[in-house]
Amino acid sequence: MLYRTAGQFKTSYTADQALFPVRQDAILLGVILVFAYLIFPLTASEFAFQTLLIPILIYALAAMGLNILTGYAGQLSLGTGAFMGVGAYACYKLITIFPWMNPIVAILLSGVFSAGVGVVFGIPSLRIKGFYLAIATLAAQFFLVWLFEKWAWLYNYNASGAIQVPNLDIFGLYVSGPQAASVTQYYLVLGVVTLMSILCINLTRGNLGRTWKATRDMDIAAELIGINLMRSKLVAFAISSYIVGVAGALYVFMWKGAAEPNVFDIPLSFQVLFIAIIGGLGSILGNYLGAILIVGLPVVLNLVPSALGLPISSAMVEHLNVMIVGGLIIFFLIVEPHGLAQLWRLIREKLIIWPFPH
Amino acid sequence: MLDSSEGYTTADGRQIGGVLMEMKNITLRFGGVVAINDISFDIREGEIRAIIGPNGAGKSSMLNVISGFYTPSEGEVFYKGSKRPQMKPFEVARMGVARTFQNIALFEGMTVLDNVMTGRLTHMHSGVFSQALWFGRARDEEMDNREKVERVIDFLEIQNIRKTPVGRLPYGLKKRVELARALAAEPSLLLLDEPMAGMNVEEKEDMSRFILDVNDEFGTTIALIEHDMGVVMDLSDRVVVMDYGKKIGDGTPDEVRGNQDVIDAYLGVSHD
Repeated sequence: MLYRTAGQFKTSYTADQALFPVRQDAILLGVILVFAYLIFPLTASEFAFQTLLIPILIYALAAMGLNILTGYAGQLSLGTGAFMGVGAYACYKLITIFPWMNPIVAILLSGVFSAGVGVVFGIPSLRIKGFYLAIATLAAQFFLVWLFEKWAWLYNYNASGAIQVPNLDIFGLYVSGPQAASVTQYYLVLGVVTLMSILCINLTRGNLGRTWKATRDMDIAAELIGINLMRSKLVAFAISSYIVGVAGALYVFMWKGAAEPNVFDIPLSFQVLFIAIIGGLGSILGNYLGAILIVGLPVVLNLVPSALGLPISSAMVEHLNVMIVGGLIIFFLIVEPHGLAQLWRLIREKLIIWPFPH
Repeated sequence: MLDSSEGYTTADGRQIGGVLMEMKNITLRFGGVVAINDISFDIREGEIRAIIGPNGAGKSSMLNVISGFYTPSEGEVFYKGSKRPQMKPFEVARMGVARTFQNIALFEGMTVLDNVMTGRLTHMHSGVFSQALWFGRARDEEMDNREKVERVIDFLEIQNIRKTPVGRLPYGLKKRVELARALAAEPSLLLLDEPMAGMNVEEKEDMSRFILDVNDEFGTTIALIEHDMGVVMDLSDRVVVMDYGKKIGDGTPDEVRGNQDVIDAYLGVSHD
């Protein structure tokens, strides 16, 4: 009823291919944006910013980058964590070498470096596919983390071997380092993530998106209809690694504040991959849903026992948490193997024809 | 033998032009197996050219040579009057050769509309940034090509399924969508690999009608492989017959039908 599309006629192809051909979708997104841009920042506590809002956005962005590569172009990658690391270290070096540089510019530029590294490690994809490619990207994962540890120039030869984010400001407003306010960082992250989402949606619904999906679905046919597979795959690696690199820079500069090389090790890659798979491969929305489930749910579950006054030790809560989240992941994958985004798509289809069954 | 620059007039009065593609002494070997053995023939502008032969005769290999998927071991391919250098399949496609496949090769995860739109991508040139912003050239291009694609969709009568994911369609419709994707490229040469395989009589009639209409309305040159002799003899202007990698016949359907080698290849001949 609320989702009835009857009466919404399209009279031009522009209207038919608009971002929101259905009016209700636009309204829904508007409501979400009002929450994200006004209501959350005004009401959220420091704790909510640091454990929910900022990390969910950053993880969603990283998953979006991976989704371009794995979900749209069909190239499985296990090197996401390392590519995030490249972004973070590149941003750190940019800030050290050019201290006057605007932090936002530095963050957006750092993606260029991870894009370059991504293309280099994407070259094997021209020859190998599927699980074998995953192994090749795993090599990138191990090599890059090793490099972060051994190449002292990357962390400015400091004794701890970790990168420490300095206080950076834009026109006197601190955006990173210990002096930055969470709400400022949240707005900055939100701005970057919104921008990246818009660009990704446009890319994936246009010609490039079709080229990627064709490469994913049947590469031989794709080549015979005129797709240069090499170009298609390497562009996917470049754009995906760019976004992942920006996510990595945000991860350290806007959230963690400091990072050791092992932060970017394989557990991070897996976490981002799980977000993309559970959210839904080949979907932009799915990355947000997946990040909310994987990043947000454990935090909320942690609060439940104390809120209910249950006498459970915090260690026990942690263990229960892992079990519940693991169970939910399996549950969602059984209910809908194509991820939460597909689940939403089906719900939406049902809503449109409700109350009739078909 | 026909002169390469002159055309001829078909039995039903259509005017056929000069040579569009010429295969000269093509040989294709896979190790010791000779799939194609010294075959020459030409395809003329505006004609419907059939390649027939028993199973394993090398027809699909020949189509793969034409579409650039296989590089011939020996021999040359002439296209639009000049010798075609060794090319990647995507480069051949960009020169105006489109094809369909024996086993349907659609992009299952995409809608019909998106599948047909992929056929247009050799005609789309906007850059990554323009596309990311969905502004200016990328957007105009998208709309122009959508209009062209819609014309093909109308032509093949698949309007009602344009937003359906291809994975959900029945076999006959998938074949038609595949033809639509190839047509959307506005090819100068359209290759059809068994367009009627696995279809019932009604679907075959529909598909035959579409092939004739494509040839008639767009003037597209068509080369097709087909096993249904009735269909081949009705549709095609000239027929190449292959057997065990060799060419055993070439000519109009009537000439081929009367060719003793062809009859032997299809019906078998006693060796006593």
